Parts: sequence; structure tokens; C-alpha cells
Amino acid sequence: MEKATFRIWRGDASGGEFQNFETELWFGMVVLDAIRAIQAEQAPDLAVRWNCKAGKCGSCSAEVDGMPKLMCMTRVQQLDLSKPITVEPLRAFPLMRDLVTDVSWNLEVKKRIRPFKPRAPDNPDGSWNMAQADVERAQEFRKCIECFLCQDVCHVLREHGEFDRFIGPRFFVHAAQLEMHPLDTEDRLDSLRADHGIGLCNITKCCTKVCPEEITITDNAIIPLKERVVDRAYDPVRRLLRMFTGGS
Amino acid sequence: MVGHERHTYDVVIIGAGGAGLRAAIEAAADGVSVAVITKTLLGKAHTVMAEGGIAAALANVDERDNWRVHFADTMRGGQYLNNWRMAELHAQQAPDRVRELEAWGALMDRTGEGRILQRNFGGHAYPRLAHVGDRTGLEMLRTLQDHGIHQGIEVFSECTVTRLLLDGTRCAGCFGYDRDKGTFRVFAAGAVILATGGIGRAFKVTSNSWECTGDGHSLAYHAGADLMDMEFVQFHPTGMVWPPSAQGILVTEGVRGEGGILTNSEGRRFMFDDIPPLYQDQTADTPEEGWRYVIGDRDARRPPELLTRDHVARCIVREVKEGRGSPHGGAFLDIAWIKEKLPNAEEHIKKKLPSMYHQFKQLANVDITKETHYVMGGVRVDADTQMSRVPGLFAAGEVAAGLHGANRLGGNSLSDLLVFGRLAGEHAARFARDHGTGDLNVDQIDEAARGALAPLERAPSSGEGPYQIQFALQDLLQEKASIVRTDDGLGEALRDIGELQRRAEGITVNGSREYNPAWHTALDVDHLLTVGEACARAALVRKESRGAHSRVDYPEKDAEWGKKNVVIRKGASGEMEVQTVPCQEIPAELRQVIEEQG
Repeated sequence: MEKATFRIWRGDASGGEFQNFETELWFGMVVLDAIRAIQAEQAPDLAVRWNCKAGKCGSCSAEVDGMPKLMCMTRVQQLDLSKPITVEPLRAFPLMRDLVTDVSWNLEVKKRIRPFKPRAPDNPDGSWNMAQADVERAQEFRKCIECFLCQDVCHVLREHGEFDRFIGPRFFVHAAQLEMHPLDTEDRLDSLRADHGIGLCNITKCCTKVCPEEITITDNAIIPLKERVVDRAYDPVRRLLRMFTGGS
Repeated sequence: MVGHERHTYDVVIIGAGGAGLRAAIEAAADGVSVAVITKTLLGKAHTVMAEGGIAAALANVDERDNWRVHFADTMRGGQYLNNWRMAELHAQQAPDRVRELEAWGALMDRTGEGRILQRNFGGHAYPRLAHVGDRTGLEMLRTLQDHGIHQGIEVFSECTVTRLLLDGTRCAGCFGYDRDKGTFRVFAAGAVILATGGIGRAFKVTSNSWECTGDGHSLAYHAGADLMDMEFVQFHPTGMVWPPSAQGILVTEGVRGEGGILTNSEGRRFMFDDIPPLYQDQTADTPEEGWRYVIGDRDARRPPELLTRDHVARCIVREVKEGRGSPHGGAFLDIAWIKEKLPNAEEHIKKKLPSMYHQFKQLANVDITKETHYVMGGVRVDADTQMSRVPGLFAAGEVAAGLHGANRLGGNSLSDLLVFGRLAGEHAARFARDHGTGDLNVDQIDEAARGALAPLERAPSSGEGPYQIQFALQDLLQEKASIVRTDDGLGEALRDIGELQRRAEGITVNGSREYNPAWHTALDVDHLLTVGEACARAALVRKESRGAHSRVDYPEKDAEWGKKNVVIRKGASGEMEVQTVPCQEIPAELRQVIEEQG
């Protein structure tokens, strides 16, 4: 049977190294299958996080041959097998052990974004009427499985470490979902500008490229939010008006 | 005493799927302090895998629907072994739970009038499933998560509970460990809610996630609660079999709801060959009538592909056994044929079943077979409060038994999580207020710590690794206790499980306590062996075939068994005791509801 070599990062916050493991390939095998086979047969304590193995939970994010990917949706046979396949943890987040990183920062960021606040119900039973077309716009963003691959690849976080003043593509998608929700009445534009760092995104679209759900993050979420923020904060006519009225 | 961090909460919830989060939101709204402990990260629970929808008689698509019809459908689907009161509460409360999700931000697909759209599903008389394409579970879980994080609930992520702590017979807390550092946590609680989901990972071929290892079933059993209906393990009829890596990936029943048909190697629509008597009046006579039902003709009856899952799975097994299966031992699921009926079929499918479309990229036949999907059995609870026999210990969702009887209808799982998650949260909060926090026993904590550390402290290489035992259990349950069950096979399964239990006592784990998956698996194995034994024992006792339970040596339904549930309890000397209890009598007015619905 055909074999492949996997070059896997082993280590923790104090340091580590790549180790090579050879394992048998089978038809249709994904990287996570290989990692689990190596775990069962050669390295029982190899740390890896996975749940659904079907591309729906977003737990098994890693960097495979340098690209942020879900291990459960990456076919081994589609990789370059002429050299060892490199599997390493997400590099934007603190390492816990081996392939597992501490992504808890993301969960804290979400709490800082103002939650959904619906308008009063349309019907006596407490329900609302919405058109399918209006619903679909926000539904695209609600496909997000929170794999954080977009956060991992974003240079504002990865290279510049702006974790204190930039929430990253995942949470612009979250904010866009709320802002474009047909029922929502909350205002998040000032906080997007002042607290969440939307201006730091310079639309290189790396996030869109790695999204396993194929959400058009930059064009459909970030740019429209940027436009709304700019309209509010930097429109010269509004600025002039503000000068006279003293409003915000 | 072994080092640990101590926490105290009024309500501690184990599990952060749909039931756990809904329970947490309810308990927090009551004003008590709430902690949710999850083995995974928040938002990753198996609930995200649910595709088809949430069953609730909103009557937005067909105004003939109401809770009575939903109740009758659920009872018929469960072959009347359901707890009638749970089925009644579920049918009555599901619509409010769905509307409430919308108030928290869920965006479900709409009807032309802008109401929540509902789709057809197996065993439901009318289009009843509120949905978002085929990612309804993700929508539901994310809605509960995004609402829940603002309700003052403490979340302990990647923390695994290995034992419940008792104060006398009362549940007073739990013991667990953090995966990150391997350090221990002890939770003192006024009430504990189990919301741990299912047991699918006891079997080899399963749609279930990593975490579905029956923890709650096993924790409850060892704490003295009853398990009920453990012989009823649902095999979803349409899991992918080919290619091998896709094995276990589910093809939503929504595909059949949108017109998908099942064919054998001869191209025959074999589901028309065997319609169970309970459903004869509700099932189409011809493919043409079936299609009319799919496109909303109210005078047409359901196509046989929308019969209940237990029956569809059995029919596929029959086709394979009689030599008409697909090349990989299943059948074909064909949605492409609707091209003959709809000019814009491809767009239609892309819209209705986007994830499926994403997965298959084109209209194609899919090679499918049955796979372990759901356990109807679980902790026996009081229908109104969800409390188990152990005071202060509650259970909700898949870990609890009662609602589904011998077979669950698709869509009734998500609504189950919402309805009974809420009830468990409400009553656990009340229990905690009324009784305060129990006392923790130091000896129990030490014993739990010693048990957890044992696999790491045994001499290295003195025993086997944990993965091998888990694989052996999965193989044997798959072969001897899943879809083909006999007295002999189940007897062998029990002997083999006994042997594995002995081998498991010697499991050794190398490496440190920090994020060590081998250690975690070693602790999972105990739970898996307990639930595996419970399934096999219950299956051995029930000498008939009913719902999801198929006995090759007792292929028919037996009227006497139709009045009994199988209950499992830990005996005084630690052995598993099996007994049968009569089903609760259905009150006359609800019997009438069932009769009226034909």
C-alpha cells in the first residue's frame, strides 16, 4: 500500500520540533484520518482537537503545507506527496500542545460586540415577518463555523499582533450578520471604528481565500461595514452639519 | 486530599449542546448562579451536525397542523413506547421554543408570506420542520451560544467530568479535569443537569462526533439513576459509504423531504415494496402521488421514502441481503431525478440543500447505508421536571429517555433539546433554591482523582493503549449488537465486553497530563463500555423486533412487549440489573387524539 510521510509539530509553549511519521494511505483519506492513525499506532499522546470530522464544527484547524485548513476536509491525495506533508498548529494563537492552540481570545472578543436587539414583534404570537431575500443576506454570514482560519491568516493579528484593538475577520462577519439582520436595531458603527479596529483591515482578502464555508468575508461583510463606518464618521457633509448642530 | 480547584454554583450543567445551553439560559433567567462544563470548546457540540430542521407544529405551511397531530405522529413513530407526557409537552411547547429562537436572532428560511418555512420529513403528517437550508443545528446552537454568552453563565471549556459526587443519595456536584493542564476541578452544586448527548462513538460506523461517548448515561448509571430503552439505537438510513473517508457523513433526510428517492441495483424504488400497516393509510400508492405530496398537493399522501428511519433502514438491509444492494453495501439515494419534474432543479437543490450541494457539487447518485445516529434510550426522568431517580440530578436531550420510544422522528431531536432543556433548567434552578448546595465528601473526591490518574500511573507498557480497546469495542458492538441482533450474538457481545472491561483495567497511558488525548480516551473507554453493556443487555432482554430494535431470531412485533420498557440499574454489588416496567398508561383523551389522527 502507498505510504506518505507527515512532518508534524510536536511541542508546547516552551518549545518543540517537527517529527516525521510514516503512515499508510487509503482512497479518499483526509489529513485528520492520517493524524488519528498516527495517534493510534505511533504517538498516542499526539495532541489534536477534532469533533465532527465532517467540516461542520471547525475544531480541527491547522496549517497543512503552510496553508490554514480544516484537517477533516483536506484530502491527502490532493497534496504534494513528493515530499513530507507538513502539519503544524495555527500560528496566530498561543500554542497549547502539538497541534492544539489556545483560541479562547476569540470567545472573549465576541462578548465585546453588542448583542442582537430585535425590533418589537410584528405578530401577536411574538413572531416577525421577514422576506427570504432579506434573510439570505445575513444567512451567508451565519454559515460561519468558527474555525478561526481567517483569524489565523489575517496579518493584522498574525504578523502585527493587534489583539487589543482589532477583532479580526471572524468578528467583522459576526458584526455584519448583526448589522444586516432584518430585525436588529442596535448600533455598532462607532464601536466598530473606535474599539474593534475595522480601519486596520487593508482588504488583502486572505481571510476570504481560506474560508472553508466560502463566505465572501471581505467583499460582503468587511467592505460594507467599512462603508457604513465611513459614511457615519467621515462624510464631509455630515461633518459640516455636526459642526453647526453639535450632534454626533 | 488530591489538589484541585473548587467551585460552587447553584446549577451545574454538563454539556454545551442545544439542551445544555437552553437549560443554562433558563436557569440563569431564574437568577441562580450557573456553570456550563463542556468537553469541547463552546459552539462545537454535536448539535451543529443536525441538518434537517426543528419539528414544531407552527402550522405556517399547512394550517391543518397542530400539537395533537405532532403528538400522534411522535407516538406512532415511537411505536407507543414513548412516555406520553413527554410527547405531549414536547408537541405543545415546541412552537414557542422555535419562536423564541427567532427572538434571540435565529434566521430561519421563510414562506412567501414571510413566516418561518416548514419542510416535509419522515413520519410527520404535514410540513413541520423549521429549518435553515440543511444547517439548522448550527443555526440553533450559534443562536443559543450568542444569546447565552450575555446571560452571566460561566463556561468551563475543554473540561471533562469523570464522576458525579453524591451527598447521601442526592447529587451534590461533580469531579472533572481540564484538558489543557490536566488539573482537577471539583464543582459543588445545588443541582446538576446532564446534557451530554449520545453514545454513537461506541459503534464503528457513526454520524456522531468525537464527544458522543455516552458520558452522561454512564455518570448517571454509576450515581444510581435508571437507564431506560437502551436497546433502541437509531441507525440513520442515509449515511455515506463511499468513498471510505466520507463514511459516517450524513446525507440529511431533507434530501428525501425534497423529493429524493431510494433505488436498488436494479433501479427499482424498493420502498414501495413494504409499507408497514401503521402507515398504510398515510402512504402514497404511486410515485406520481408521492411527487405531488413533495410539491405540496394537500390531497396526496407521503412517498414511502418518508416513512420512519427504522423502517427505511430495515428496507435497505433487506435489499442488500437479497443481493440488490449498491457496490459498497448500501443503496442509492437519487435527488437528480427531479430534473424530470422541475426545470430549475439544480438551482432548487442548491437553495434548499446548500451544504449537501457543497459536498457533492453536482446532482448525482449517492451510495448510502445506515449508520449509528442516535440513542432513544437514556436516563429515565420525570416528564415534567426532567429529574432522574437521583434527587438533584436532571437530564435533558439525547441523554434522557422517554420522548422517542422505539424510534425517533427526524426533527424531533432539535425540538427535544429546546423543550426539555428549558424544563430541566427551570426545575434544576427551583431544586437548587429549595435545597441549597449539598455537602461534598472528601473520600469520593480522592477516589475520583485516583481513578482518573490510574491509567497514567500504571507502570508503562504493563498494559494496552486505550485506542485499541475502544476500536475493539466499536467492532464488536457494530458486528453483534447493532442492526443484526440475535440471542447468540448478544450473548457473545456481553462476554466480549466483560473481557474488554478486564483489559481496560490495565490500560496504560504514556506522556504527561497536559492535553493528552490518550489519557482522555482511557477515561472515555469506561463510559463506552458501560453504555455498550447497557445496550447489549437491553437488546438481549427484548425478544421482539420493534422500531430501531431488530432481532433476527424474533423478527415480529410482540403485543406484550409493546406495553413494556426495559430499565437498567446498578445493582447493590455493582453488577448491571435489567428489569421491565409497564409503560405509563396513556390517558383516555390522548388515546382519542391518537385514534382521531388515524
